[in-house]
Amino acid sequence: MSVLLVADHDLGQLSPATARIVHAAAQLGPIDLLVIGENGDKIAEQAAKLAGVHKVLLAQELSFTDSDLALLETLAQRYQYVIQSAGSVGRDRIPALAARLDLMPVTDVIEILGPNRFVRPIYAGNALQTITDPQAKHILTIRASAFPAAKSDNTAPIETLGDTTASVARLIATHRTEGDTPDLATAQIVVGGGIALGSAENFQLVEKLAKKLGAAIGATRAAVDAGYAPNDWQVGQTGKIIAPDLYIAIGISGALQHLAGIQGAKRIVAINNDPEAPLVKLADAALIGDLFEIVPQLIDELDKAGVSR
Amino acid sequence: MKILVAIKRVVDHNVRIRVRPDGTGVETQGVRMSMNPFCKHAVEAAVQLGDAGHADEIVVVSVGPKAANDVILTALAMGAHRGILVETDAELETLAVAKLLAKIVAEENPDIVLLGKQAVDDDSNHVGQMLAALTGRPQATFASEIKVVGQGLEVTREIDTGRETIAIPLPAIVTADLRLNTPRNAALPMVMKARSKPLAVRPAAEFSVDLAPRLQVEKISPPAERVAGKTVGSVSDLAAFIAGEVSQMEAL
Ligand SMILES: Cc1cc2nc3c(=O)[nH]c(=O)nc-3n(C[C@H](O)[C@H](O)[C@H](O)COP(=O)(O)OP(=O)(O)OC[C@H]3O[C@@H](n4cnc5c(N)ncnc54)[C@H](O)[C@@H]3O)c2cc1C
Ligand SMILES: Cc1cc2nc3c(=O)[nH]c(=O)nc-3n(C[C@H](O)[C@H](O)[C@H](O)COP(=O)(O)OP(=O)(O)OC[C@H]3O[C@@H](n4cnc5c(N)ncnc54)[C@H](O)[C@@H]3O)c2cc1C
Repeated sequence: MSVLLVADHDLGQLSPATARIVHAAAQLGPIDLLVIGENGDKIAEQAAKLAGVHKVLLAQELSFTDSDLALLETLAQRYQYVIQSAGSVGRDRIPALAARLDLMPVTDVIEILGPNRFVRPIYAGNALQTITDPQAKHILTIRASAFPAAKSDNTAPIETLGDTTASVARLIATHRTEGDTPDLATAQIVVGGGIALGSAENFQLVEKLAKKLGAAIGATRAAVDAGYAPNDWQVGQTGKIIAPDLYIAIGISGALQHLAGIQGAKRIVAINNDPEAPLVKLADAALIGDLFEIVPQLIDELDKAGVSR
Repeated sequence: MKILVAIKRVVDHNVRIRVRPDGTGVETQGVRMSMNPFCKHAVEAAVQLGDAGHADEIVVVSVGPKAANDVILTALAMGAHRGILVETDAELETLAVAKLLAKIVAEENPDIVLLGKQAVDDDSNHVGQMLAALTGRPQATFASEIKVVGQGLEVTREIDTGRETIAIPLPAIVTADLRLNTPRNAALPMVMKARSKPLAVRPAAEFSVDLAPRLQVEKISPPAERVAGKTVGSVSDLAAFIAGEVSQMEAL
């Protein structure tokens, strides 16, 4: 059984999600890890180090949906599995690839039970579907947050692919969130803020606590809609799925669409002035009170205790 | 221009669903159903493009049981002109839905097809991308802004690293994200008017598409329960809890 796995990357670096998908997919067979990107050499080198990778395939071309699909459709013939993370690129390409191959994909896999048995969440994670895929080939997306990372102790060969296809689409602009906070989907600690923060300026309170703890920053849809936080910080059914060791939720009620994104969190801390908020009801440690009083004090206390990462 | 919008009837997003104890699925009997929220944003986008003079006809299509007429009527009340129900009581997979929609696209030949980015029941996030693949049209998924520019579209997409704006030629497929717009609530006169707009009901069997499922759903089960919450009494207790967690992480 052979696996074609499409790597995720950003700003010339392999994304941390890829190591986790490699770890998950390694149980399915030897992995050929495909890197699609202009100037992808450095990414390919990082990819070659991951344990479980048999070979890295490097396609030096701009990554666009249609051109990626043309490449994937050709390559897919030789593999039993085509897999990518359930990030925004995988979610965009994988269902389209499956349709081209006349296959039904299995997406958002959170558990691999066997060569063709998978578990995926539905209804915002309020139900889990166990699926058997009897098709000849399996087209999957896997949630990085559900798996640990593969080790970086390999030296797999890198093969550069020829012929590239041109896209009909054209990139006009990118709007990035500047900053050096850790990757949200794979972070060990996440500090999240809700609409209760009241303004983009106040949201810096969340950012300050996150910085102290070396944490990634999350937000509710309400906070993003209000313009307090950028869209790529949204956690939940329609945002990112996270599974940190520690999630600190500040002024977040815990609507079921938000909870969908944090079900994998090991420990949850809630700061909320409403003892009846759903998130308070399931937090491992909740403090009831005004966040504007609590959070600055908390930062001081953590300072005093010498906590910083 | 002509716009086709695909809409789905789902369990209302405010309903806390219950997994059937026998593992066969989610209880949908007697549960409030409504238009998938993402589809509402897609319909609103079509109506706004119409208001801006970019569309002279908006057709909505839903694949599902007779009751899916409700959501078609909602879309007609929001301002769509004509509805099509591809009727089936079968629980179709996304690939089958996309194949049926591809047949409708072939018949209607719309310039833009709008869909929701995902349906809140199965959360698949497949159908738009599959439809693009099946019809050979370019796709712009997860749209938070759509502009008609010359003979094409400029679409801003919400992605993991922020947002990006891409230009694609028409005809094209676009899937709607939640920040695309604020869907209108149709006023009563529009709701009354919707009933007189054309709504064609077509049996799914008419399209000679293989609708048989490819995957076998073994069971549907509830997720693991979290232990009930605990509160702490003071900021220092909370700080101690966090410090404890952090030192455990460092120890590993
Ligand atoms: C289709 C669909 C998809 C969605 N997807 C997502 C998603 O992916 N992610 C997401 O987050 N949401 C999503 N939502 C929205 C979701 O339903 C909620 O509206 C949202 O999560 C609420 O955000 P919030 O907790 O910030 O706001 P609220 O629910 O308003 O909660 C604010 C909380 O702050 C507390 N509070 C207020 N003032 C203070 C104070 N001074 N100190 C301490 N606590 C205070 C309140 O008690 C309350 O619990 C989606 C909705 C729909 C319909
Ligand atoms: C009555 C009924 C009950 C069902 N119950 C279950 C169940 O309990 N469990 C289960 O696993 N599956 C069930 N299904 C099957 C499930 O609805 C299909 O898998 C679904 O059609 C596709 O998944 P999705 O909506 O998540 O697609 P997505 O790819 O997430 O949908 C994206 C977009 O595609 C469009 N779209 C999707 N479906 C349709 C449609 N039918 N008509 C028009 N446009 C559409 C919409 O614009 C939507 O926003 C049921 C189906 C029916 C008809």
